[in-house]
Amino acid sequence: MKLHRISAMFLRHIYLYRHSLTRLVEIFYWPLLDLLVWGFVSLYITKLSAEKQSTPNFLGIFLGALILWDILFRSQQGISVSFLEEVWARNFLNLFVSPLTIGEYLASLMMVAVFKVVAVFLISSLLAWLIYSFNLFIIGIYLLPFMLCLVILGWSIGILTTGLILRFGQQAEVLAWGVAFLFQPISAVFYPVSVLPKFLQKVALVIPASYVFEGMRAIIFNQAFPAGHLVKAFGLDLVYLSLALLFFFRMFKQVRARGLLAKMGE
Amino acid sequence: MTAALPLLEVKNLSKSFNSFQAVKSASFELYPGEILGLLGPNGAGKTTIIHMLLGLTSPTAGEIRIFGLDPSKPRQREKILRRMNFSSTYVAMPYSLTLRESLMVFARLYGVKKARARIDHLVEQFELKDVVDRPVRTLSSGQMTRLNLAKAFINEPEILLLDEPTASLDPDIADRTRTYLLEMKRTKKMAILYTSHNMQEMEEISDRLLFLHHGEIIARGTPQDLVARFRGEDLEDVFLKVAREVRP
Repeated sequence: MKLHRISAMFLRHIYLYRHSLTRLVEIFYWPLLDLLVWGFVSLYITKLSAEKQSTPNFLGIFLGALILWDILFRSQQGISVSFLEEVWARNFLNLFVSPLTIGEYLASLMMVAVFKVVAVFLISSLLAWLIYSFNLFIIGIYLLPFMLCLVILGWSIGILTTGLILRFGQQAEVLAWGVAFLFQPISAVFYPVSVLPKFLQKVALVIPASYVFEGMRAIIFNQAFPAGHLVKAFGLDLVYLSLALLFFFRMFKQVRARGLLAKMGE
Repeated sequence: MTAALPLLEVKNLSKSFNSFQAVKSASFELYPGEILGLLGPNGAGKTTIIHMLLGLTSPTAGEIRIFGLDPSKPRQREKILRRMNFSSTYVAMPYSLTLRESLMVFARLYGVKKARARIDHLVEQFELKDVVDRPVRTLSSGQMTRLNLAKAFINEPEILLLDEPTASLDPDIADRTRTYLLEMKRTKKMAILYTSHNMQEMEEISDRLLFLHHGEIIARGTPQDLVARFRGEDLEDVFLKVAREVRP
């Protein structure tokens, strides 16, 4: 064992952080998100115990939330990771010198996202039923519009992330795994929005996913379909998708002007 | 050569990246059945020109017309790219797909009819038959280059842009590739824009050459013209003179 060789390899990794803000941020990002999500879950459970309410169907809440959250995450991954696969394979240039238009390319990625979502949803639901006797379909037919809301939000986050990777290159790759989780604490996936601090409750008002998860809980608890939640979620989804597309096309124009598109493909 | 209309016309094309001028007012044409070589030291602007022609990089100034169409307009770009193709040593294909699957994806992207027959022909032509059902990740660099070339011919392009296409090929395969390119040029009237650092290859294959240095076309003509103008022994000698700042 030679100290100079160990220190050389240590330096090799430390140098990375000097040149990449995203890597530096990533060190703190995941622990912070975990702290927020599990902190709010704990607050929710503590609040329920203090109010001496009857124990809600935690299995339904957590498993249902987890499966629905995965829809959003897989939808986003279907866009950004599929894009990254072309970059990793150095196939990017071949695609963009073909007649393929950017709109067609995005449409194909959206289809990939839907394919992944359907596959993951079917397998997760089946496993939840087999292992935990939890039937997600108790939500009924309303499950479909809620799922669609999450898919559209996933597309929007995926397109936004892909635009950022296009602009900032492979050092921004980490965003493909991280950005969706930024929405998790404020989307009130595992707890109601009311558990969040007041300022985050206001932020949750503009997050489509918060209406989906609140809606899911309303159906499980009260057997009532919150149509208003669904309308708000779809409305916000359309705004998010439009903004994400605008951002992506703007980034695409910028990277062409800067010659970065060609660099990314080689 | 000039009796036919050019398939590609470039007028006063320039590209700047901040204060660095990568291409300075380049003008040239490419005619059917012609191989035009882009020659120059690293960083001379060859690849930037190719990327601008493909619409990967937007020009700062100047005009490009391909088949009489403007590639900066999305609908026209799509029409152009259907009739054009590109290959570079520096790009690859999806690693997990087999060669046949990769080529099938591109056949669909280019709207190739009778795709299977076309793929079979190209696989035969580029001697990839033995590996056609193997994943791309298992290919050697030479096989990958040949796969890229097969992809470049998938739509029987009228214009082909090749960025150092023979860089990782052994002399035998490189020679066969040049022979195939010359055959396509002769029989299909294919127009080819070609970059290479292999001067012997450039001399052998090019009808005309453009010599780029610091983003500027400093000389143009047939390989023989350039050798005579720079008073070199051969094209390699000319290249060394240009790279070392000697002007005709």
